[in-house]
Amino acid sequence: MDISFDLLINAIAAGLLLGAFYAAVTAGVSISFGMLDIVNIAHPGFVILGSYLAYFININYGVDPILVSILMLPVFYALGALIYQVYYLSFEKRGQEALRGLAFFFGLLFVTEVALILVFGVDYRYVEAAYIGPSIHIGLVDLPLRMLVPCVAALALFGAIQIFITRTFTGRAIMAVSQDQLALQLMAADPIRIKRIAFGLSIAVAAVAGALLIIIQPVEPSVGREYIGRVFAICVLGGLGSMPGTLIAALLLGIVESITATFYGPSWAPAVAFGLLLLTLAFRPAGLLGR
Amino acid sequence: MSALLHVDNVTKRFGGFIALDGIDLEVQPRERLGLIGPNGSGKSTLVNCICGTLQNESGSVSFDGQTVDGLAAHERTHRGIARSFQLPRPFHSMSLADNLRIPLLYTVRTREGMLHAHSDLNARCHELLEMVGLANKAQQFPRDLTQVEMRKLELARAMAAEPKLLIADESMAGLSHSEIDDILALLVRLNERGITVILIEHIMRAVMSFSHRLAVLVSGKKIADGKPEDVVRDPEVVRAYLGQ
Amino acid sequence: MNTTKFALITIVVGAAVMAFAHWYSIDYLFFASYTILQFIVLATAWNILGGYCGYVNFGSAAFFAMGAYSSVFMHKFYPLPIPALFIVSAIVSGIAGFGMGYLTLRLRGSFFAIATLALAVVLQTLVVNWEYVGGSRGAYIIRPESIEFAGITINYIEYLFGLMLLLTIIALVTARAIERSQLGFGFATIRDDELAAEACGVPTLRVKLIATTISGAFMGMAGAPFPYYIGYLQPSSAFGLEYAVNSIAMPMIGGTTSWVGPLIGAILLGSAQQYATVSISSEVNLLIVGLMLVAFVIIAPNGLIGLVQGWRRAWRKP
Repeated sequence: MDISFDLLINAIAAGLLLGAFYAAVTAGVSISFGMLDIVNIAHPGFVILGSYLAYFININYGVDPILVSILMLPVFYALGALIYQVYYLSFEKRGQEALRGLAFFFGLLFVTEVALILVFGVDYRYVEAAYIGPSIHIGLVDLPLRMLVPCVAALALFGAIQIFITRTFTGRAIMAVSQDQLALQLMAADPIRIKRIAFGLSIAVAAVAGALLIIIQPVEPSVGREYIGRVFAICVLGGLGSMPGTLIAALLLGIVESITATFYGPSWAPAVAFGLLLLTLAFRPAGLLGR
Repeated sequence: MSALLHVDNVTKRFGGFIALDGIDLEVQPRERLGLIGPNGSGKSTLVNCICGTLQNESGSVSFDGQTVDGLAAHERTHRGIARSFQLPRPFHSMSLADNLRIPLLYTVRTREGMLHAHSDLNARCHELLEMVGLANKAQQFPRDLTQVEMRKLELARAMAAEPKLLIADESMAGLSHSEIDDILALLVRLNERGITVILIEHIMRAVMSFSHRLAVLVSGKKIADGKPEDVVRDPEVVRAYLGQ
Repeated sequence: MNTTKFALITIVVGAAVMAFAHWYSIDYLFFASYTILQFIVLATAWNILGGYCGYVNFGSAAFFAMGAYSSVFMHKFYPLPIPALFIVSAIVSGIAGFGMGYLTLRLRGSFFAIATLALAVVLQTLVVNWEYVGGSRGAYIIRPESIEFAGITINYIEYLFGLMLLLTIIALVTARAIERSQLGFGFATIRDDELAAEACGVPTLRVKLIATTISGAFMGMAGAPFPYYIGYLQPSSAFGLEYAVNSIAMPMIGGTTSWVGPLIGAILLGSAQQYATVSISSEVNLLIVGLMLVAFVIIAPNGLIGLVQGWRRAWRKP
C-alpha cells in the first residue's frame, strides 16, 4: 500500500511537470487551430525541428538549449509568417483549405521528418546542460530538474502568450479574428495580416517547445508523430482557442499518461491521448470548460 | 381549416443570447406569408428551426399535421419543406442540370412511385430550368452565372424537391428593380400551382405586393401578425422597425 | 459506357497483364508490380472518401495494417485461404472506418482528419503490446513455395500478384460505378456544400458513413495478403509511413475527381519509387514524394488530370 501510494504521488508530480510541457507544445496549436481555424498538423514537425536546432547548436557551441530557442524565435516567426502566406494564397483564398490545405500540412510534416532523418539519421539525440541529471526531493516526491526546468519555462511561456493575447492590441485582434472578421475590419485591422502574425507566433512558440522537448527526452525525427494525438487531444479538450482551458487539459493529460505509464508500462502511454481525444469528441466536443 | 405549418412557442438560445423567444406562427395551405424584421431579429434562425438546420430547445414545429421535432434537415425536405439560402449555395462542381438532379434523386425519388427512369430525370431537370429561364445554360457551371441567375437556380433547386412549403430567404437582396419583379413573378406562379410560400425580405415593395399576410419579428419576438396594410400601420411595428 | 462493359474491359486488360507476367515470369517483376497494385488499391480507396467527399484520411497506414494484422491473427487462430482473408480484413477495417466516422463526422470536418492521424499511433501501440500477433518482435508467416490451383501448380508470388490484380480491378470498377451513381452525386454534394446537400434531401451523415466504410474496407483488403507477401510482419512495416503519405500523394498528384487520377498517380509514383529504391535510398525517395505532394497541391490543385484538361482547353480555344 505504502509503495503504491508513493508511486501514485510521484506519478502525479511527474504528470504535472509533463503536463506543463505539453501545454507549451499545444500553445501554438491552440493559436493556429483554436483561434485561426488552420488545421496545422505539421506543428509537431516544427517542434522537432526546434529540438534539432537546439541540439545542433548546443553540441557544437555549448549554448543552453532554452537560450538557443529564444534566439531562434524571430527565425521561426518568419518561417511561420511565410507558411501562412503560402497557405492563404494557395488554399484559404480559394476556399480549398479542407482537402488541399490539410494535404499541404501533412506534406510539410512528412518532408520535415524525412529531411531530419537524412541529415541526422534515426539515432536518438540529446543535449547537455547542467540541470540534466540532478533531482530535488520534497518529502516522498522526486523532482528531476530535467523535468522541472522545462516545466517552469513552459509556464513562463504560457503566461507570456496569455498576457500578449489579452493585454495588447494585436493580441486582442487575434482573439477578434477567431470570433468576428467583420468587427475586425471595422477596427481597421487587416485580418490577413493579423492571421499572419498569429500563425508566425504559433510557429515561434514551437521553437521553444522543441528545446524543452529535447531537455526532457532524447529525440529522433519520428517522435513528432506521437505528439499529434496529444496536441490535438489537449486542444479539443481545452475548448478550441482557450488558453486557460489548454493549460488545464494539458496538466490532466500529463497526469493520466504518467499514471498509465507507472502502473501499466510506458508502451501504453501513447494510446491514452487518443482515447481521451475520441472520448472528448464523442461526449464533450465543446471541451472541458465549454458549455 | 388546418394549418400546413404550425410553429408553437419555439425558443432558441445561443449561449446566453436568446435568438427566438416563444414564437407562435401558423401558415395556411396555399398562403403567401411575408416575414419581416430588422437584421438580427431572428428571421434566419426561425427558418433554420423550421427546416431542421438548427434544433429548437423548446416548443415544437409541426408540418402537414405531424410534428417534425427532432427530424434532421433532409427528413424535413422529404416531408415537403424546401428552402432557398440567403446567400446562394450551389454545388460548384456540378452543372446546373446536375444541381437540380440532387433533390430529384434524394427527395422526389424517395417518395413513392415517382421518377424512376433516367429519361424522366433529364426531362424534369430541363422543365425546372425552363421554368426559371435557365434552360439554355443547363450544361454550364454555377461560376458562369450572374447574381440574379444564381438566385433563380437556388429557387429552381428548392422547387425540384416538389415541396408543399417553400421558404425563400432573402432571395432578392442586391437585385435591380426589374430583376426583383422577375423573381416575384416566379414566386407568384409557384404559389398559383398550389405551393405555400414564406417570403423573408427586406425590400418592402416586394413584400407588400406579394404577401397575403405579414408577420414581424423584432429581437426574437413576434410583435405583429395580420393583413399587410394593417401591420405596417401598427404603431409598435412602425416604432420598432419601419420608423428607425 | 456502363459499368458491366467497363468491368469486362478491365478484366480483359487484367488477364492480358497476367498472361504477359506469366510468360515473362521474373520473380522480381512480380514483387515490384504487386507493390504498385497495392498502391493503386490504397489510392483508389483513399480517393473514395478524400476525393469524392472531400474528407481527408491520414490513417491509411492504420487501415492497411488492420487488414494485415487480421490476416496474421487468422493465420494463428484458424488459417484461411487468402480470398477469405480479404473478406475478414474488409469487415474489420470497414467497421473501423464506420466507427471513426460515427464518432467524428457529426462534428467539424477537420476533427475526422485529426482522429485518423492519431489512430495510426494508437493502433500501433495496441499491436506492439499484443503478443498473440507477435508484439514488437513481429510475426513470421511462412510463405508456401507454390499453390495447387485447379490441377496446375502456380508460383506463390504469382498467385499473390494475381489476387492483388483482381482486387485492383474490383476497386477500380467500384470507384467508377460510384462516380456515376446516385451515391456518387451524394458524395459530390458533401464535397461542395453539406448544408445545401441536407436542404436537397441528402442524408449527409449516412452518405459519409457509407464512404468511410467502403474506403476503410478497401484499405484493409489491400493489407490482407501483405503478411504472406513480406513473410515477416513487424509493426513498423505494417504501419509504415509510406502508406499514409503515398495514399494521399497518389490521388493528389493524379487528380482527385475521378477514378483515373489515383490510378495514374499510383502507377507513376509507384513505379518511380520501385525504380528509385534500387538506385537511391528510400528516405530520399520518400522526401521526393513529400515534396511532390506539397508542390502539386499548391501549383496543380486538380492534379495531372486537371493539367491535361487545362492544356486541352487552351489548345482548342485559339
